[in-house]
Amino acid sequence: MKNITAERFTNGKPNLRRFHQARWDEPIIFELGQPGQRGILVPEVEEGIKSQVGDALAGIPDGLRRTDPPKLPEMAQPAVLRHYDHLSQENLGADFNIDVGQGTCTMKYSPKVNDQLARMPEMTELHPLQDESTVQGILEIMYRFEQILKEISGLERFTLQPGAGSAAIYTNASIIRAYHEGRGEAKQRDEMITTIFSHPSGAACAKVAGYKVITLYPDPEGYPDLEALKAAVSERTAGLLITNPEDTGIFNPRIAEFTRIIHAAGGLCSYDQANANGILGITRAREAGFDLCHFNLHKTFSTPHGCGGPAVGATGVTQDLARFLPVPTVDFDGQKYFLNYDLPDSIGKIRPFYGVAPVVLKAYAWVMALGAAGLREVAEVAVLNNNYLMKKVLAIRGVSAPYAAGKRRVEQVRYSWQKLYEETGIHSEELGIRAADFGVHYWTSHHPYVVPEPCTLEPTESYSMEELDEYAAILEHVAGEAYSDPDLVRSAPHNCTVHTIDHHPFDDPQQWAITWRAYLRKTGQEH
Amino acid sequence: MTQKKTVHPYIPNSAPEVKAQMLRDVDASSTEAFYADVPAALRFQGLMDLPEPFLSEYALRRHVEGLLRKNTTTQQVLNFLGAGCYQHHVPAICDEVNQRGEFLTAYAGEPYDDHGRFQSLFEYCSMMGELLEMDVVNVPNYDGFQAAATALRMACRITGRRRVLLAAVLSRDKLSRVRDYLKPEIEIEIVEHDPKTGGMDLKQLEILLKTGSAAVYFENPSYLGCLETHGTEITDLAHKHAALAIVSVDPISLGVLAPPVRYGADIVCGDIQPLGMHMQFGGGQAGFIASQDDEKIVMQYPSRLFGISPTRVPGEYGFGDVAYDRTSFAKREEGKEWVGTAAALWGITAGVYLALMGPQGMKEIGEGILYRTRYAMQEIGKIKGVCTDGFSAPHFKEFVVNFDGTGRKVSELNAALLRKGIFGGKDLSREFPWLGESALVCVTEVHTQEDIDRLVSTLKEVLS
Repeated sequence: MKNITAERFTNGKPNLRRFHQARWDEPIIFELGQPGQRGILVPEVEEGIKSQVGDALAGIPDGLRRTDPPKLPEMAQPAVLRHYDHLSQENLGADFNIDVGQGTCTMKYSPKVNDQLARMPEMTELHPLQDESTVQGILEIMYRFEQILKEISGLERFTLQPGAGSAAIYTNASIIRAYHEGRGEAKQRDEMITTIFSHPSGAACAKVAGYKVITLYPDPEGYPDLEALKAAVSERTAGLLITNPEDTGIFNPRIAEFTRIIHAAGGLCSYDQANANGILGITRAREAGFDLCHFNLHKTFSTPHGCGGPAVGATGVTQDLARFLPVPTVDFDGQKYFLNYDLPDSIGKIRPFYGVAPVVLKAYAWVMALGAAGLREVAEVAVLNNNYLMKKVLAIRGVSAPYAAGKRRVEQVRYSWQKLYEETGIHSEELGIRAADFGVHYWTSHHPYVVPEPCTLEPTESYSMEELDEYAAILEHVAGEAYSDPDLVRSAPHNCTVHTIDHHPFDDPQQWAITWRAYLRKTGQEH
Repeated sequence: MTQKKTVHPYIPNSAPEVKAQMLRDVDASSTEAFYADVPAALRFQGLMDLPEPFLSEYALRRHVEGLLRKNTTTQQVLNFLGAGCYQHHVPAICDEVNQRGEFLTAYAGEPYDDHGRFQSLFEYCSMMGELLEMDVVNVPNYDGFQAAATALRMACRITGRRRVLLAAVLSRDKLSRVRDYLKPEIEIEIVEHDPKTGGMDLKQLEILLKTGSAAVYFENPSYLGCLETHGTEITDLAHKHAALAIVSVDPISLGVLAPPVRYGADIVCGDIQPLGMHMQFGGGQAGFIASQDDEKIVMQYPSRLFGISPTRVPGEYGFGDVAYDRTSFAKREEGKEWVGTAAALWGITAGVYLALMGPQGMKEIGEGILYRTRYAMQEIGKIKGVCTDGFSAPHFKEFVVNFDGTGRKVSELNAALLRKGIFGGKDLSREFPWLGESALVCVTEVHTQEDIDRLVSTLKEVLS
């Protein structure tokens, strides 16, 4: 028997994986099944009901009755399962890869035990309007989790209602508006300040809430520009919506000065804590002078991202602002937990009922598995991993980490492949797609690309040193290919489920097809 | 706080030897080096005051299960609550698919490595498109409230007007959400309902339309379960005054009821929770918005819209973002509203649901609900002093039960029902005081004749 293992190493280092993603060449679901097949049968109506009621559709006018059955697939159950199992295998979940490439998204391990707990009927089979006496368990979890967030942030009340980070930012913008309305200054204070390295939703949600948006750009060192802030504030300032550390992974050391300046001008300060993972137990919203904040439970607090939700943007405020929170809050009277609607100044509802309770449950279980020391360990290892990976990545030809030269970063880094692009003509996006041929991926950055040819990596605490080495080795390899064989990179992916996609139809109203029926119509096929 | 130092299973590099080596590799004496930019005044001192953790998985499970067991489920109690969150049967395959790690733990990969996410969401949108007979459906947003609020904002952007008309019979919570969302720039007028039918007052609608509105919004069925039988008249009136017609619909009704486009809707919205999502204490909500393929409308969607496209390999389907430049991801505050994480996994799940049900399943479930609704209304209506025919419109899934004739309060009746193992309908007395002592009762395909008869006999018992 030969030594197979030895063949998996070159010069003492493990070879890159010969990855190939599943490629089922899966048809569109409408192409599957046969007329008359059934995927599930529904409970039959008893004869006793039928005979008493007679015609179920009596009184429903013709125009309100469905005449043509919906052209849904007709498939047997195993065929439906197989189709979706194929599609799932054609998807690279965080469970399957070294998912450090979706910077700002905090792709950490989502513990399976928490998913299992959230699938218990005592969670799934609860109607939100049940009598409070029958939901004391979930209300207690929501209440306890609020106490945890209060300690982590130093703020005094939380709502778990917003459906994700952007909904939380909007909620905070709405609370800021209500605060100024209460003081008769809503008309005058019509400007919201944010920074370009804060999430685009900071700007977008402020606009929806009725504000003119002022966006600050970084100073030459990459920090939010204090002089620009001073120039921007005025009696028109309603507030500040800011991330820290920003999406560059740079912590703004003058953040307390920022909040002081906004407060002096009469505004409020809202902290987008999407990037909180590296600073849990290290520094808090309260000490930095924030009036409001939010945490993404699907990021820092480990709940699975679900292809883009469901999620929770837990939103915290100071005691002064608690009266504006969405109703209801979850309160405890010493004996029982209850939903408190008695907030006359509330901005109202942000989401039906009380938010995504199973996500809160998972986040609660995650904290309870770690405790205060564990959360601190999360932060420290996340930044250690990040700085370790940064050292490895910066050794690769063609890449740089703009701003704050020589300094450490917190939990992520926005790199730039500008040099590589200038030397090879390969864009960062193309390099990221080539990386997918090795079973990993990375994301560039939000627009606009202030950092040219960007690539944002956030290793979190969930990956081992060996995995970070492997990720860096993949990047090094594909960057090398950009120099040695740019066409190989440009024509990627080669080992993914599908090949280079024609993007032209997506921006052409004559061609774009957002549903199968539109596709059939636009390609002249029979529907 | 005296937590024992431990190597944590979720944190590979918490093993001290590894940590020490990595610190050496980056020339740091401790992790303190990475926080040099955090000023001393902002440093949190000591350990946070958090509950002692349950370090073993067994202890954690035991703790959380202990808390959850304080809940009573709708498997243990006969449930007649609806009001926006519905107890329908969730097919096993729905859970099977949305529990798969490939879907559950993915996020925002490219259409190459995340082909499965793009295809399954495209297919969800396509199956919704068949149900709605519309060519454009968004990747889910947060919930039906958000879908309604965004549809109204879209209508304002499309028409250039800043006033919308809403049907009066609307959940107070939804109205609250819509008010907050439209507040900065859009005026809301309420169109009263016809007290006889429960539908919209067409005379008042016409008067209000004359002064210029972007949209008329109504629900079918309404929050109180009434079907709006004058859909065509309403949308005709809206169009006559160059306003758009927005209809919010319960998608599970559409195997038997006409899709709103058939009576003139321009934008259709709603919540897909009924299509395969467990109730989860309200955590299963997800919103949809749909329209025809009109560039003027498409360009006003804030959500992701996934499109199909060829790849360089013949016969291979690829996917991507349609008109990405509409979004806040591309244009920050210049994009349409905002886009972000919302409820994609529930979209995939609803797709699985529709594929399992097919046209026949959707027809049967709709018919079954119509039967049970009528039966429950008739049987409950026979109880002395109890009235279920306050509105003459046909009902779907929900209806108002008025107890004024019994002299009893809904709150006390529901408390009595609870003691007998039944969750009675939602108490409407605070939300709609003009309905007197009324409850909103919900029946779905999960309710057998025996279940409904038990509600009736128990109600009789507690009323006697």
